[in-house]
Amino acid sequence: MSWQTLADDLFPQGHSITEKADFLSGTAQVDGEVVTIVGTTGHTPIGIEIALSQAQAILQTVRDHPGRAIVILVDTQGQRLRHRDEMLGINSYMAHLGKCIALARQEGHKIIGLVYDQALSGGFITSGLMADACYALPNATIRVMGLPAMARITKVPEERLVELAKSNPVFAPGPENYHRMGGVADIWNGDLAAQLAQALATADGVDRRAAVGLQRGGRNWSQRVVDAIVSDSDVQPL
Amino acid sequence: METLNYRFENGTRKLSAKAELVGVVSSGNLEVLIESADLQGGCAIEIKTAARGFGAIWEAVIGDFNKRWQLADTRISINDMGATPAVVSLRLDQAVESVVEAK
Amino acid sequence: MTSSYLEANARERIAQVLDADSFEEFLPPSKRIVSPHLGQLDAPVSFDDGVVVGRGSLNGAKIFAAAQEGGFMGGAVGEVHGAKLVGLLKRAVQEQAEGVILLLETGGVRLHEANAGLIAVSEVMRAVLDTRAAGIPVIVLVGGSNGCFGGMGIVARCANAIIMSEEGRLAMSGPEVIETANGVEEFDSRDRALVWRTTGGKHRYLLGDCHGIVADDTAAFRAAATQTLQGFKNNPTALSLQALEAEQAMLEQRIARFGDAADPLEIWQRLGIAKPQDIAMLEAEAFTTLAEPHRVKGQP
Repeated sequence: MSWQTLADDLFPQGHSITEKADFLSGTAQVDGEVVTIVGTTGHTPIGIEIALSQAQAILQTVRDHPGRAIVILVDTQGQRLRHRDEMLGINSYMAHLGKCIALARQEGHKIIGLVYDQALSGGFITSGLMADACYALPNATIRVMGLPAMARITKVPEERLVELAKSNPVFAPGPENYHRMGGVADIWNGDLAAQLAQALATADGVDRRAAVGLQRGGRNWSQRVVDAIVSDSDVQPL
Repeated sequence: METLNYRFENGTRKLSAKAELVGVVSSGNLEVLIESADLQGGCAIEIKTAARGFGAIWEAVIGDFNKRWQLADTRISINDMGATPAVVSLRLDQAVESVVEAK
Repeated sequence: MTSSYLEANARERIAQVLDADSFEEFLPPSKRIVSPHLGQLDAPVSFDDGVVVGRGSLNGAKIFAAAQEGGFMGGAVGEVHGAKLVGLLKRAVQEQAEGVILLLETGGVRLHEANAGLIAVSEVMRAVLDTRAAGIPVIVLVGGSNGCFGGMGIVARCANAIIMSEEGRLAMSGPEVIETANGVEEFDSRDRALVWRTTGGKHRYLLGDCHGIVADDTAAFRAAATQTLQGFKNNPTALSLQALEAEQAMLEQRIARFGDAADPLEIWQRLGIAKPQDIAMLEAEAFTTLAEPHRVKGQP
């Protein structure tokens, strides 16, 4: 889906978003309020420059527009795989973006992430996954890594991974699995603008993903292990 | 993965209640969890191993271990990733030595 | 007599960094809280899922700590492993710890647990920042043979400070992954010297991404951790607009100054180091002294 079409669907009240080297930024109207838009397009890899651009947009919002909500539009093929990015510390640039989002949350901004096309691993761990909640379109692709590469690194035969990917939420790419595991709050069909407004209205600063993963049966251990440690008790049965 | 179980009776040495762990589940290595348990004097050893088909060797190694220590009311649980018999014996001994003997 | 941090396993590291006999483990191995996902791949489990978490003291101060076991699955984060870290960070807030120390050795997300691992790392990231927001300093030690990579390389830079040994590495993507994706010309993963110049402790220290370099010695890590935590005693630990704007400027500067460098040696040269080729040979103390007037001083 092109970001322009997406923007028209998401922001019927209007938007002024620009794209420069696959970096999206600008503002839009949601429910009569101005919101900051930041994101990526073109399945772009996230390198140090684009991580920094996104972070800057977030910081600008915190500095100049107290209380303004932020919407992060995600389309990426993952982190950029170059010696230069590692040499310059891409992990720091990614962390910086994540921290800026956390700062915004701390300062009372609501932040919603939307995966509208692709989201791989490092490309969205410090953007969409740092939002108050992350949503996805039904045709989005969300995954950690392509199966052939996973097979190579884990030494598990590719056929086995393909088989598991058909039914197992842990391996299967796709928003339904992330939804089931609590990583994605909801999948948006139909009226995107209304669902975005709803998402912003219900956003809060607490990370509920483990609890949701337990509720939905896609991740049965995370919340129970956290609870056991916090309450100094045994892991409770399902 | 293969699971193997062994049990010995008539042990003489009991250990304190504190559970201990030695070793790491890395290639060619294993972890051994040792704890006291009410087993009517018995010693139970469960092995989960990534290397299949070595039952006879495990039996020999575990048998030797039991002759060495004669543990009673002890449960030993192992996660193994292809350790050699020498490394297995070493870790088992380390596990026993890490637990204070009960009076 | 020194005790190698690199050679020690997770349990040994935590026992040696914290005050002797002070450590109490949460969800110890006897509880057998193992990975629910590894079995279907016929992979062995570990009774602690590769991470030791608990509470102890450091020179008497109440410290919560975690140590990842690099030997198990490369220290990578699966569902249970990640949840143990999150639980630790939350309990540290609840009990008003004086600090949290994360002894990280990891490849990042455990691919055998794919989606669960990715979400877990994200939850750890948020938990680290929540703990900082509660006024508790979170520091990271990196000195194991697997380094600190992937999403956890990002988590490390969400902490207040990082202490590394020269042997330690801190990055995002491993050299092999980069070489596979873009060729040996892009990054020769077998060129160890290049790998350490690019991702090793000394380079990170010079760039300002790590705040202390120590010898490969658990006592040295212990001393550095103590000193670093002391530094946060009456200082803010939470994120602030001011600090992040300073970091934004620092990261922009880094690209401006070094963005076209072909090799880290060039960066060290531009930093004003007269003989960058000698850096690799220096011991921790000598290196720290030499680096002092030249390094970029990153803010926590």
